[in-house]
Amino acid sequence: MIRLLSWAYLAAAFTFVYLPVAVLVVFSFQDGRLPVPPFKGVTLQWYAQVLGNDDLTAALLNSLLVAVVSSLIALTLGFLAAHALARVRLPGSALMRGVLIAPMTVSTLIIALGLLNIFTLTGIRLSLWTTGIAHVVINLPLCFAITYAAMGDHQRNAERAARDLGAAEWKVLTLISAPMLAAPLAAAFFLSVTFSWDEFIIAFLLTRFDVTLPVEIWSMLKSGLSPATNAVGSLVFLVSVTLVILLELTVFRKRP
Amino acid sequence: MTAAVSIQTVSQRYGTATALDRVSLEIEAGELVVLLGPSGCGKTTLLNLIGGFTEPTAGTILIGTRDMAGVAPKDRPTTTVFQDYALFPHMTLRENVGFGLRMRGVQKAKRSAKADAMLALVGLEGRGDRRPHELSGGQRQRVALARALAVEPEVLLLDEPLGALDLKLRRQMQDELKGIQRRVGTTFVHVTHDQEEAMAIADRIVVMNAGRIEDFGPPRQVYLHPKTLFTAGFMGEVNRIPVRDGQAPFGPVPLPDGTLCIRPEALSARGLLHIGLCKIEEAAFFGTHIRAHVSPLTAPDLRLVVHLPQSQTVEVGGVLDLGAESHVVLTE
Repeated sequence: MIRLLSWAYLAAAFTFVYLPVAVLVVFSFQDGRLPVPPFKGVTLQWYAQVLGNDDLTAALLNSLLVAVVSSLIALTLGFLAAHALARVRLPGSALMRGVLIAPMTVSTLIIALGLLNIFTLTGIRLSLWTTGIAHVVINLPLCFAITYAAMGDHQRNAERAARDLGAAEWKVLTLISAPMLAAPLAAAFFLSVTFSWDEFIIAFLLTRFDVTLPVEIWSMLKSGLSPATNAVGSLVFLVSVTLVILLELTVFRKRP
Repeated sequence: MTAAVSIQTVSQRYGTATALDRVSLEIEAGELVVLLGPSGCGKTTLLNLIGGFTEPTAGTILIGTRDMAGVAPKDRPTTTVFQDYALFPHMTLRENVGFGLRMRGVQKAKRSAKADAMLALVGLEGRGDRRPHELSGGQRQRVALARALAVEPEVLLLDEPLGALDLKLRRQMQDELKGIQRRVGTTFVHVTHDQEEAMAIADRIVVMNAGRIEDFGPPRQVYLHPKTLFTAGFMGEVNRIPVRDGQAPFGPVPLPDGTLCIRPEALSARGLLHIGLCKIEEAAFFGTHIRAHVSPLTAPDLRLVVHLPQSQTVEVGGVLDLGAESHVVLTE
């Protein structure tokens, strides 16, 4: 009986989490003008329309570009900062760690507003670059925290041995530290890409002519509900899910 | 390749704590020297100073004729075998052993050949494609040794390399280590707190305590003729008997004032330094010998530890006539 209840509870929990997504996906196939019940039949016309829409595909590529480039930068900076703070004893390193992680607690709206002020003051024009910079700001603390937590004595000793065998500092980083931290680095990178891919507020405030996918979807929504927006949403969801599954298969499975 | 190491009045302080206090030591080229002492005696600090992982607060270290001040570990003619092996888990054994050569710009084919030869030297022939996690502790230790020797250092530093191995394997690795040292001829500086290990492999033993060198010499000399009470006690069990004005508790002795030190195995009926009749208080069979506690009849409060031959019949309450075959008198 208890066993049955616990299964029922599990099913209810998953339903609660995934029902909205399921509805979104189902009505993206709606053979009709509105993505609302009743379900009138299956068609792929909305997907054809979405993929044939140049603005949407451009936005999709923009999103990928921003996500990958900003994540690579955030990962590199986060890894180097984590390595330095884990290896070298500096005055106030606890404070430095705190300051590095602090942006995580600030809402993206505040960060976006702050950056918008700075860009306006310094005359930097809004573009995908400014959005990318802001995404580095929000993802760097994440990359730092994940890699810092993964650094232990094990790597420290291997790094020491590499130096002893004649490795210069950049070779220690690229040949020893980074490969030994491959799993956490990949986890940080994929998470960072996922966050950047889904991020709306910053992208909305800090882009002008070239926009990312969430911003493009938002402007589609302004002209009312359509199964086409559902189709875009489903595609976005598909990409995110693929990333998470990739992460699961490549990174977490390998852990002994 | 091999080189002498000269340590000249080297001190190392961490804040107010002194890890090494004006230590001087001359290690000859091709020698196997063991730094021996309890934890915190400064032996690992001294090894780190030779390897360049820390710079001394004061003093000079020469390797060959070169002053090592300000020279980074990667530029020193030394390599280290670490206690936890510190192998690179993401590389094969061949890549591990060839890493130092790779850093020196050696071509891949050449360094692979050298790595395979080094693996063969340590008894891991044909395992070059394995990874460290597939190996046992003893095998990992061998890889670490091969990796450190592959770059042909002038001085090899070994930081308690056998500490993590069980006793039987440790004894076996000691013999192999000594054999390899003889073959390659490199100067080995080996740190341990195990005095049996030290005696098993060392050409000369450096006994350290509280940041100072207590004694320095071949195992026989350090064991039989220690210069200090600390060395006498650290190298093995010892009976300490006070001597004052030619009088020991058991009677007159032709010795200067100080502490008479006698090893348990040096006490026998043949001993020339006569102690007299002793009563057996306790005895236990230890395999290689019988260990007994005895008290001289003339000094019932004095307890001596004696190692007797395993063939001897020993009965508690019995009486033995004992003397010391070798002894040393130390003052402190």
